[in-house]
Amino acid sequence: MSLFPFSTRKTFARGVHPASNKSTAGTPIRRMPFAPRILLPLAQHIGKPAVPIVSVGQEVVRGQPIARAEGFLSVPLHAPADGVVEAIELRPSAKGNWVETIVIRVYEASTQEVRWSEPRDMDALSPQEILQAIQDTGMVGMGGAAFPSHAKLTVPKERKIHTLVVNGCECEPFLTCDHRMMLELTDDMFRGIRYAMRAVGAERAIIGIEDNKPDAVEHIRARLPADGAITVEAVETKYPQGAEKMLVQSLLGLKVPAGGLPLEVGVVVNNVGTLALLGRLLPAGEGMTERVVTVTGPGIKKPGDYWVPLGTPMRTVLDWAGAEGVSEREIILGGPMMGQAVASLDVPVTKGVSGILVFDKLNIQADASRKTYPCIKCGECVNACPMGLNPSMLGMLAGGREYDLMGSQYHLGDCFECGCCTYVCPSNIPLVQQFRIAKGILRDRAAA
Amino acid sequence: MELIVSVALAGAFMAILGGLLAWLLAVANKRLYVYEDPRIGEVEEMLPKSNCGACGTAGCRNFAEQVVDGKIVPAKCSVNSPDMNAYIAKFLGVDMGDVVKQVARLACAGGKHVARQRAHYQGLDSCRAAATVGGGGKDCAWGCLGLADCEVVCDFDAITMNSFGLPEVDVDKCTACGDCVEVCPKALFSLQPITHKLWVACKNHADGDTAEKQCEVACTACGKCVADAAPGLMKLDHELATIDYGQNRLATAKAIERCPTGAIVWLEGAQVKKGKEAKKIVRMTPLPVASEG
Repeated sequence: MSLFPFSTRKTFARGVHPASNKSTAGTPIRRMPFAPRILLPLAQHIGKPAVPIVSVGQEVVRGQPIARAEGFLSVPLHAPADGVVEAIELRPSAKGNWVETIVIRVYEASTQEVRWSEPRDMDALSPQEILQAIQDTGMVGMGGAAFPSHAKLTVPKERKIHTLVVNGCECEPFLTCDHRMMLELTDDMFRGIRYAMRAVGAERAIIGIEDNKPDAVEHIRARLPADGAITVEAVETKYPQGAEKMLVQSLLGLKVPAGGLPLEVGVVVNNVGTLALLGRLLPAGEGMTERVVTVTGPGIKKPGDYWVPLGTPMRTVLDWAGAEGVSEREIILGGPMMGQAVASLDVPVTKGVSGILVFDKLNIQADASRKTYPCIKCGECVNACPMGLNPSMLGMLAGGREYDLMGSQYHLGDCFECGCCTYVCPSNIPLVQQFRIAKGILRDRAAA
Repeated sequence: MELIVSVALAGAFMAILGGLLAWLLAVANKRLYVYEDPRIGEVEEMLPKSNCGACGTAGCRNFAEQVVDGKIVPAKCSVNSPDMNAYIAKFLGVDMGDVVKQVARLACAGGKHVARQRAHYQGLDSCRAAATVGGGGKDCAWGCLGLADCEVVCDFDAITMNSFGLPEVDVDKCTACGDCVEVCPKALFSLQPITHKLWVACKNHADGDTAEKQCEVACTACGKCVADAAPGLMKLDHELATIDYGQNRLATAKAIERCPTGAIVWLEGAQVKKGKEAKKIVRMTPLPVASEG
């Protein structure tokens, strides 16, 4: 029971309220031109890397498949522009390591026209065929995790799905790409939702949107289909409302068991941008060649949401959005809460990049104020953790390198690294970073 | 009178109960007795009891059991002094065995004075932490991050960070327990027999020009070492010189002579020898962070 039973705002327990900074919400999505060279890592998704099916020197056209999926948990790659395959070699990735990458030299005459497509009649497809069609588009979850979409929509036989939850929360500060897609690709979004509902066998779909986007809620509500299968709900603006377990709790009051997935309570959650793009790509029979990226932050002169061809180097994106002349800056891929800082501008935009944030010198805190102090056991992190974990205790165990204990007794595996604990910590303890290391070590040990 | 009776009764009861339990224990001791070689305990006393696992067993007790069983030779304990191992061998009347000493070797020579930084890293003071943030600030994606996770994890004080931010292994103190091998996020440490003297102190797989731009002592894959070394000993694998230690008996210091960057070295105990043509590094101060854009 909530503290205020008369409150009707749909929400979940704990969480934090960071400043939203969504200044780009009012600007329509713009297109970014092709970079002279496009870099496509073979592993842009979770799962096995794709396998190239083109050779060096071969000419490709926009939309042409250039790498095939390797097994079930993998997706193909498509050429984002007309050009010639210049190399298939190691190139730096956002994670820091060098990965196998297809380099395409883009022809200057390359146009936006997608020249490789096989339009299909979606109504004639069975759920199985829809899933296969989704895999062929190469789509991954665009919220940031880059999990292959067809795998996410695959439901084990023994499970019955009653609801498809469409995640339009976009709870990360600064990001507005989902917001703009809901406004501008509304019909595609409805189509995508229908396909996903058929794929998972759900009878209804609920679009959950944070109540700081009333225009999107109104816009969608006014266009809802007459049959009433799709509804839209406003949920409280609170981070991490867009985490799937939190959203299921807010919208349906269902608690996903610890260590489990939403499909255990009969729900499948999907990102609104993913479904909107699926609604566009599936009937046209095209592959994923571009995505909407929010480019913003105090270090950007032309902030906004852009259609960015996949593989565009970060340097080109920043030049286009006006970030030149800033020598000392911090660049984050994704949102500020869960995103990753990058150390090189030569890395490309991949399928999972939802935002590029640039902070200039003034916004990078001085070293002194980032100093870490000992834990004072105030309990702020415990009050913030949406998963109900004890980050303070986990942090102390991480300091003592008690990784096995963290995993077995303190449910480290349930931490999805939302960053709430680090955000509220008055001692500046980099808790999430410690948890990432601990999880990495536990993964290594499990694999050994 | 009544008091004396009840005290006597209680005393008798306790005595009988005690006697019964004592008899039970005595029987259990005989029936459930498991013979254990008394030498196991004595051998364990002669071991360092660091339980480091370098020998490949679960710990010193397990090692002692296996030594007494003859499954492993005393020399396998790399932490004990050779004298102590000889003593164990003499005590058990077995051959001490011949085990080549192994040490941890670092496949990187890119200290702050020769390897470029492309970004400042701020955050947890640990290599593992830095590696999760864009791979750390070092331009070379394969190189040592220099935040001393290996120094911290080493139980034997065998690793110290030098003034260029690179770990140095004290060959005498290193017991080849493998903790540093496990902790390094860039997998730069490996355990090598001390007889492996030819060594490639680089893991950079970038093409030659890029590698040299990233680090002045990187392997540029020029291939001179491969040409000079005995056939089959060395080859270039993904823009990096590699040594086939199966052919180690062919290894001579000749292969290092023409290495232009000094990435290939000859390790003589604690000494690191570079070839005559290796560029001389005179700079002692860290390189500035390369500014982008």
